[in-house]
Amino acid sequence: MKVELNPILCTAHGLCADLLPERIALDEWGYPILEPGELPDDVVAHARRAARACPTRALVLSRG
Amino acid sequence: MTVAIEEPRTTSGSSGRLLSGLTTDSSVGLARHHEVWGPLPGLRATALIDEIESAGLLGRGGAGFPVARKLSAVAAGKGPAVVVANGCEGEPASAKDTMLLARVPHLVLDGIQLAARAVGADRAYLAVHSGSSAIPYLRAALAERGREAVGVTLGPLPRRYVASEESAIVSWLNGGDALPAYTPPRPFERGVNRRPTLISNVESLAQLATIARYGAEWYRGIGDRWEPGTMLVTVSGHRVDGRSVERRVAEVATGTTIGRIFTAAGLSLRGSDAVLVGGYFGSWLPAAQAARLPLTHAALRGAGAALGAGVLVALPPGSCGIAETARVASYLAANSARQCGPCLNGLPAIAGAMNALAAGAWDDRTWPALSRWLDVVPGRGACRHPDGAVRLVASALSTFAADVERHRDGQPCDGITAVPFLPVPR
Repeated sequence: MKVELNPILCTAHGLCADLLPERIALDEWGYPILEPGELPDDVVAHARRAARACPTRALVLSRG
Repeated sequence: MTVAIEEPRTTSGSSGRLLSGLTTDSSVGLARHHEVWGPLPGLRATALIDEIESAGLLGRGGAGFPVARKLSAVAAGKGPAVVVANGCEGEPASAKDTMLLARVPHLVLDGIQLAARAVGADRAYLAVHSGSSAIPYLRAALAERGREAVGVTLGPLPRRYVASEESAIVSWLNGGDALPAYTPPRPFERGVNRRPTLISNVESLAQLATIARYGAEWYRGIGDRWEPGTMLVTVSGHRVDGRSVERRVAEVATGTTIGRIFTAAGLSLRGSDAVLVGGYFGSWLPAAQAARLPLTHAALRGAGAALGAGVLVALPPGSCGIAETARVASYLAANSARQCGPCLNGLPAIAGAMNALAAGAWDDRTWPALSRWLDVVPGRGACRHPDGAVRLVASALSTFAADVERHRDGQPCDGITAVPFLPVPR
């Protein structure tokens, strides 16, 4: 599993960085910087929660 | 210094192909076009794609993607296809597509008909920016040709840097805004009117029209072995006599060194510190290094640059590379599609730091901030606009490193008062 961000939809709410700090940091304008690559198993649940919490549906989980 | 003019040049009689019909300052009309090139060849779709494949024609819009592969992908799509000829030339330092469209329109229009035949298209669009100086010539050329196998609609797009991006053109032709999309359906599967769509640069189509007539072997008879043929370049720099700065479009054999291209265009690299290669999404290279580089995608990639759409700009003696880059960075920041946060916020920040550097108005926080922005901004937008802007600025900081030191010490060069050189549309 991977997290993926649609940068057009993202409006920098920043909830994702709170819910998935293992993989997401915010830049100085509040937009997420994603660590690339496959999610380790133990953070998949956090990633799912972060994607569900995203108010603009910009953050999604994708396979492969 | 005088204002830039566009004057087509060919490097030598043998390498002038696309421009070989030009005799005067005016546009090549249909009668003259037929005299030089003959009528449209009667090649069938598969034979045409095979010939383009054997020729090894690479796209001339910037990415250098093999044209035959695109044709095959669109031809394999479901139902009738659409051809979009991209003549938008969003790059302000490039003039070759507009020159080609204005002066040799029939070769491009031939290319559109042939590409439509190759991919099974029943409609075609010729996309240019609104206000393009080529429009009257294209209208005249279309009128001269009358009714053809595939109708061609001339579509003026909004004048914006990112509007010529592929997904932006498709969106606009589908009635939406001319803005890039994040994950658009691939145009060769589902583009204009949800049909398989070929989007091809106008020079690529003109090259295709010559290959359709004379064949792959002829095409490969000139230029680099792996990236053969000729290509149009836009060369800007000062004249050999140093009296003015000019911009010229030249047709050169691929693999010609950048130094020879300047000479052939009647321009000089003498006294220039650096050459901007590949346009505003390109890179500054030290002039001595650039002069020796052959014009191929492979050679320029090897030097950390990119050929792009064939833009070469020599920094005039006395100009400041940092100030010039700062102005272009401001232009690119203002031309963001304003859709993605990192671009919308990052490019103005980067441009601001570059302008501060140019003016010598610098404090201790600016440098770490600029380094961080150059690091975090690329790769996070829906399109490549922020990546290109960052590439340009990063190359300026490295190629003009000695100047950067002086500017940082609060001693900007005299060049910041020089007449602005790189064109920045309002």
